Amino acid sequence: MELLLLCDFGSTYTKLVAVDPKAKKIAATAKSYTTIETDVTLGYELALNEITKKTGKNTVFTKKLASSSAAGGLKIISSGLVPDLTAKASRLAAASAGAKIIKTYSYELTAAEEQYINYASPDIVLLSGGTDGGNKDVLLHNARVVARTTGSFAVIIAGNRSVAEQAASIIAENGKEVVITENVMPDFNSLNIAPVKDVIRELFIKNIISAKGLDKIQAIMDMDIIPTPLAVFEACELLSTDFGELMAYDLGGATTDVYSMAKGLPAQENCFLQGIPEPFAKRTVEGDIGMRYSAEALIALIDEEQGLQNFCTKNNIDFSAFNKWQDICKKSPGVLPVDEYASYQPIDEALAKAAISLSTNRHVGTKSKVKTLAGEAFLQEGKDLTKIKHIIASGGAVINAKNPRAIMEAAFYAPQDLNLLKPFKADIWLDSANCLSAAGLLSRIEPQLALLLMKDNFDKI
Amino acid sequence: MNGLTMVLGVIGADVHAVGNKILNHIFTEAGFKVINLGSMVTQKEFVEAAVETNAHMILVSSLYGHGEIDCKGLREKCNEAGLENIKLYVGGNLVVGKTDFKEVEEKFLAMGFDRVYPPGVDPEISIGHIYEDFDVKKS
Repeated sequence: MELLLLCDFGSTYTKLVAVDPKAKKIAATAKSYTTIETDVTLGYELALNEITKKTGKNTVFTKKLASSSAAGGLKIISSGLVPDLTAKASRLAAASAGAKIIKTYSYELTAAEEQYINYASPDIVLLSGGTDGGNKDVLLHNARVVARTTGSFAVIIAGNRSVAEQAASIIAENGKEVVITENVMPDFNSLNIAPVKDVIRELFIKNIISAKGLDKIQAIMDMDIIPTPLAVFEACELLSTDFGELMAYDLGGATTDVYSMAKGLPAQENCFLQGIPEPFAKRTVEGDIGMRYSAEALIALIDEEQGLQNFCTKNNIDFSAFNKWQDICKKSPGVLPVDEYASYQPIDEALAKAAISLSTNRHVGTKSKVKTLAGEAFLQEGKDLTKIKHIIASGGAVINAKNPRAIMEAAFYAPQDLNLLKPFKADIWLDSANCLSAAGLLSRIEPQLALLLMKDNFDKI
Repeated sequence: MNGLTMVLGVIGADVHAVGNKILNHIFTEAGFKVINLGSMVTQKEFVEAAVETNAHMILVSSLYGHGEIDCKGLREKCNEAGLENIKLYVGGNLVVGKTDFKEVEEKFLAMGFDRVYPPGVDPEISIGHIYEDFDVKKS
């Protein structure tokens, strides 16, 4: 039997999907714990054995592809000048490369921010700021600050090209690897994220795979390992060629990723677009919204927004049970609210709902009304996603939920959302077979097959 | 190119777009690097565009009579953003009704603008002023 093997090395699980290209379907799936601390191939072999047990001894894998978000994923700190301009552009660029953005800084880096860079040990620091020929000071200042930090990360310079080389030599003199690429915002309000995306991918292949202990896997694979969010991103782009405009969610333990494949332009004539025109394919990643490792940060956000007591009352949750479940999750982040923990299911689902709602609010654009002499007009910032017709839901907390639709409906517009441009109503597709990132990998060699797999395996809920 | 970067736009809830397009054309032809923000521009956008592009000047248009309210505090915002040296130019139908232009000019100069123009002024005049302000020899 000739199969294609698609592997995802996640922070907790190593997930394998074997695809039969002749029958055009998934032949087998398997998962085991990711064993990155010892030898990542151990967990891989276990899962692989499970696959061949199902597909037979004479299974041949003609192509093996892998993505990884293990060992903390691809951690990037990005920076720019003005928060809504180059800083935002740098964040969008890093997100589109599949990074986990741990911080985005604007203006001159402070001593405290320098300390944080030392402490956080990112894989890459991305410096931008100033349009070409524009502000020079911020890029040079931030290069000097980053040059003296202690980490062994690589630095990407994607700012004002008039001083890019000068900034790069400041970094290089201090012994850090540095790559210069095109400005993320060469002209005012024009985004240029593809060159940064390419450089991030090259650095991931060149440095980060081995730094994360994935060399042994890379040696077995037929193509370069890519960050898992990038695989998901590519799966979404492919799917949008068939579904039309769509959104997708990956609700994870550490982050919540939101994708939109949509133009998101103003829907009416008297609506004016403000700020950076956002890309058709957009990803946001929320490091403070997650179901396990980031649960504490998520709960703090809920508390700030509506008060924790109020949240529990509204969702009919016993407050002490809520706290107890958090203790359980902290001790074993792999835990699911099933079997002996089944009574905690409503708590986990309420948190998931909040995660979807909050991450949507940050992804979508806003619209505000202004009165002009020519009548009422609207100002729109970011993307208008009200007309989205399809939402893809993935991630353990949704897939394993009793009522995944109730969780995903938190993505929809509700009266309290006021001026947020969230989807009004959309079909929700559950990635129950966990094939989204696998389809992204597959899209690199067999796009037609990848598309078919998604359409066959997504469940409309 | 004359080496000068200009942020251009119509301030406030003002949808007048045609004059803005004409100004964009004229200043670009004259050799300015024009960062045109179009109509319905907030003070924040003017300031942020100037910061990011290291602009020499901001040129504000206002056609609908609310110029005074819209422009109040722009100089202070520039100072706050580290743009103490940026030149601010403003022109158009800055106030409602028949106010003496001298009065209008004084008001806007007091608000921190460097030059104030009445409606219908020839852009060549303001270009001459800009060259004077930046000590550029006209070719």
